[in-house]
Amino acid sequence: MRNVYSKLALSFALGTGLALGAVGTAGPAHAVKKGGILNFVVGSKIPSYDLHRETTFGVIHPIRPLYSLLIRVNPENPSSPTDFVCDLCEGSVPKGTDGFKKYTFKIRTGVKFHDGTPLTSADIVATYQKIIFPPEGVPSARKAFFKMVDSVTAPDATTVVFKLKFPSGAFIPAVATPFNIVYSKKDLDKHGFNWHKKNINGTGPFTFVQHQPGSFVEGKRYDGYHHKGKPYLDGYKAIAAPKMAIRLQAIRGDRAAIEFRGFPPKARDDLVKALGDKITVQESDWNCALFYTPNQKRKPFNDARVKKALSLAVDRWGGSKYLQRIAIVKTVGGVVFPKHPLAATKAELLKLTGYATDMKASRAQAKKLLAEAGAGDLKLDFSNRGVDQPYKVVGTWLVGQWKKVGITAKQRVQPSGPFYATLRKSSDFDISIDFNCQSVINPIADVSKFLGSAGNNYGNYKDQVLEDLYDKLLRAGTESEQRSIMRKFETRALSDEAHMGVTLWWYKINPHRSYVKGWKIAPSHYLNQHLDNVWLDR
Amino acid sequence: MYKYIVKRILLMIPTLIGAAVLVFFLLRLIPGDICELRLAGTGLYADPAEIELCRNNLGLNDHILVQFADFVMGFLIFDLGDSMWTGKPITFEIGLRFQLSLQVAFMATFVAVIISIPLGVISAVKQDTWIDYVVRSFSILGIAIPSFWLGIMIILGLLIFTQHWLGEPWMPPIEYVSPLEDLGGNLAQLIWPAVATGYRYSAVATRMTRSALLEVLREDYIRTARAKGLLEKIVINRHALKNSLLPVVTVIGIEFAFLMGGLVVTEQVFNLNGLGKLFVESVLNNDYSLTQALVMIVVAVFVFTNLVVDLFYAWLDPRIRYS
Repeated sequence: MRNVYSKLALSFALGTGLALGAVGTAGPAHAVKKGGILNFVVGSKIPSYDLHRETTFGVIHPIRPLYSLLIRVNPENPSSPTDFVCDLCEGSVPKGTDGFKKYTFKIRTGVKFHDGTPLTSADIVATYQKIIFPPEGVPSARKAFFKMVDSVTAPDATTVVFKLKFPSGAFIPAVATPFNIVYSKKDLDKHGFNWHKKNINGTGPFTFVQHQPGSFVEGKRYDGYHHKGKPYLDGYKAIAAPKMAIRLQAIRGDRAAIEFRGFPPKARDDLVKALGDKITVQESDWNCALFYTPNQKRKPFNDARVKKALSLAVDRWGGSKYLQRIAIVKTVGGVVFPKHPLAATKAELLKLTGYATDMKASRAQAKKLLAEAGAGDLKLDFSNRGVDQPYKVVGTWLVGQWKKVGITAKQRVQPSGPFYATLRKSSDFDISIDFNCQSVINPIADVSKFLGSAGNNYGNYKDQVLEDLYDKLLRAGTESEQRSIMRKFETRALSDEAHMGVTLWWYKINPHRSYVKGWKIAPSHYLNQHLDNVWLDR
Repeated sequence: MYKYIVKRILLMIPTLIGAAVLVFFLLRLIPGDICELRLAGTGLYADPAEIELCRNNLGLNDHILVQFADFVMGFLIFDLGDSMWTGKPITFEIGLRFQLSLQVAFMATFVAVIISIPLGVISAVKQDTWIDYVVRSFSILGIAIPSFWLGIMIILGLLIFTQHWLGEPWMPPIEYVSPLEDLGGNLAQLIWPAVATGYRYSAVATRMTRSALLEVLREDYIRTARAKGLLEKIVINRHALKNSLLPVVTVIGIEFAFLMGGLVVTEQVFNLNGLGKLFVESVLNNDYSLTQALVMIVVAVFVFTNLVVDLFYAWLDPRIRYS
């Protein structure tokens, strides 16, 4: 049990105060100016307003400012993966008790929903009941994040207790997930579980004004917001603009001040060139990575020699140098988000298959392995997603890399719908681009994607050794133990079996009008989007 | 004339039925579905049970004939249903965009007509002079330049020149304002796509006007009119132009119908929240119900426009209605 305590304490300690490589800042401290409307552009669409059932940033960016969370990523330190602060709870984020199986949250008093209904612990319970234990027929996209939760109860009007089936360091990050917005129990009881798809009633810093589908969402300042003195803005307008060129021009022409997802480097450079100091750039490593996944149901992709050759052919360090100039990828990394304490150091990466800097030797070895496997003139079908950044850019780069060892890859680019059908349903590919893009950083949970048994793994393989390592990882008590097992896990997944290939981790670039202050870049486009600390310096 | 109209309206029915069958079954041949996209499209983990639940809720697991019957029944009673993506009524989704698309179509048609008819007439009357060459070059350029490219150039030009002259770059608004709320803001947004689209549209109509008018000007009755000593202005305006407009009206009608749903790329370039953009999004989202409704509406617009063009023909040329 002591090990479990150490492990959980460690989970909180890991990365606290960790600098994740945020390059820019929102500028020097100024006296906050109140007022003004923040116009920003969003490159995705709103399926419904119910964040519990949705997964896209297209809902987070326009709708999240209308709601609150129980806890959230620290808006003053969003680059840290473990720095969480209370939003609707009071004081600091609770530490677990009862062997880290019980978490007791004290709920703020005096908080009101936008319709005037006071918030109580019953609202938090009703919200989490909907997320974790939804009635049959009610979708909840992140139900699986809370597999460790046994019950959520409210002993009194200001207390919420989560009881876990087993201790889990993944619990607090799961609660901080920005999709877990708090609904009013009254609304759920009165209108049912589908009401929030089309209606909004939150406790967030802004109240809903209007939504013109396909055009914009408008919110205005909520004077009764529970973080006193905030928000600073009078309101915001989230303008839908699916085309990147329009989003870029909108910032240039000052129709919008910012876009929160990210632009490629060329767009950043164009904006800076055109507007000089009127543009501020914030950059950060991004908790998204592109992989390639061989389909091991097909020969010869079940042969470790072929999989290793595929990885050995790829010059990641060289690719990073050049691709970062044209695409939203940059950092060479293994299975864990780079710069996290559990991530491999450069020295550790260099030991992995396909991460060496001597590409001549690597490619010679790749050719040798291919010849040994009888796949010297390998021709393969490479499925990719019809999205430029960074899928097509990285895909085209991979085709070129493989060609250098004699592999002919025919890239088949499909729109998202058919691409997913190929990846998830028909498995009709030799190799496919795959990706993992998470909000709150939680390496132990995130690396489960490399398990053949994972629901979001499409390699069609079984590897009991890897499964056993993951089991040990879950139970590891100390940082050094976790690191040690993570290295073995990584070596097994990327080197010994080379089940999947990590290409490059994404790199988030947010150029914005310099008059936008207070917003700090996070390593995910899902995080820090409540806008209550944003203000306009003009 | 009454019989003619009824006959034309009855001919619309098989066209609409054929389109309904085609769109329904062809859409289902596209791999993938909306639930995969919605729940797994962002790279986040998606529980297969949640995807299945989504399919059940949207009726995608029903037998295809049941789905087809629902679609046809809905269409017959004018209930287009809800968008699978947003859950909002399709009539609401389309209604929002229809106003913008209609306004752009009218404005582009207006731009096209005020450019094409005078230029086409001048070009025909001044055949093989430098004026004719200039007009023909202008119209060939209009056909050669894609509207979206012209749109991009317009936006970039506005950004660059306003920054140069005013110190701060300016571009047209990127969100729609109704002309009833703010006419200035509305026109500031829509005039540019209307020009970009209207130019290409005018180029086609200019060439059509010129060639039709040249053909008519060689007719015997024009020679007779001139022999009577009528002023050239009267010969052109009263005798030649009206008779040369038949093919021009067809081109204008077809182009107008096309603009209602076909401004896909131009709408993207100017960030117009119109039917074309909705069309693309619904297809990319595998939103069957919305795509089906949009296709049927575009088909209906084409069929109706053709009917109007045919009636206009009958008005321009009495021989058509008598036959």
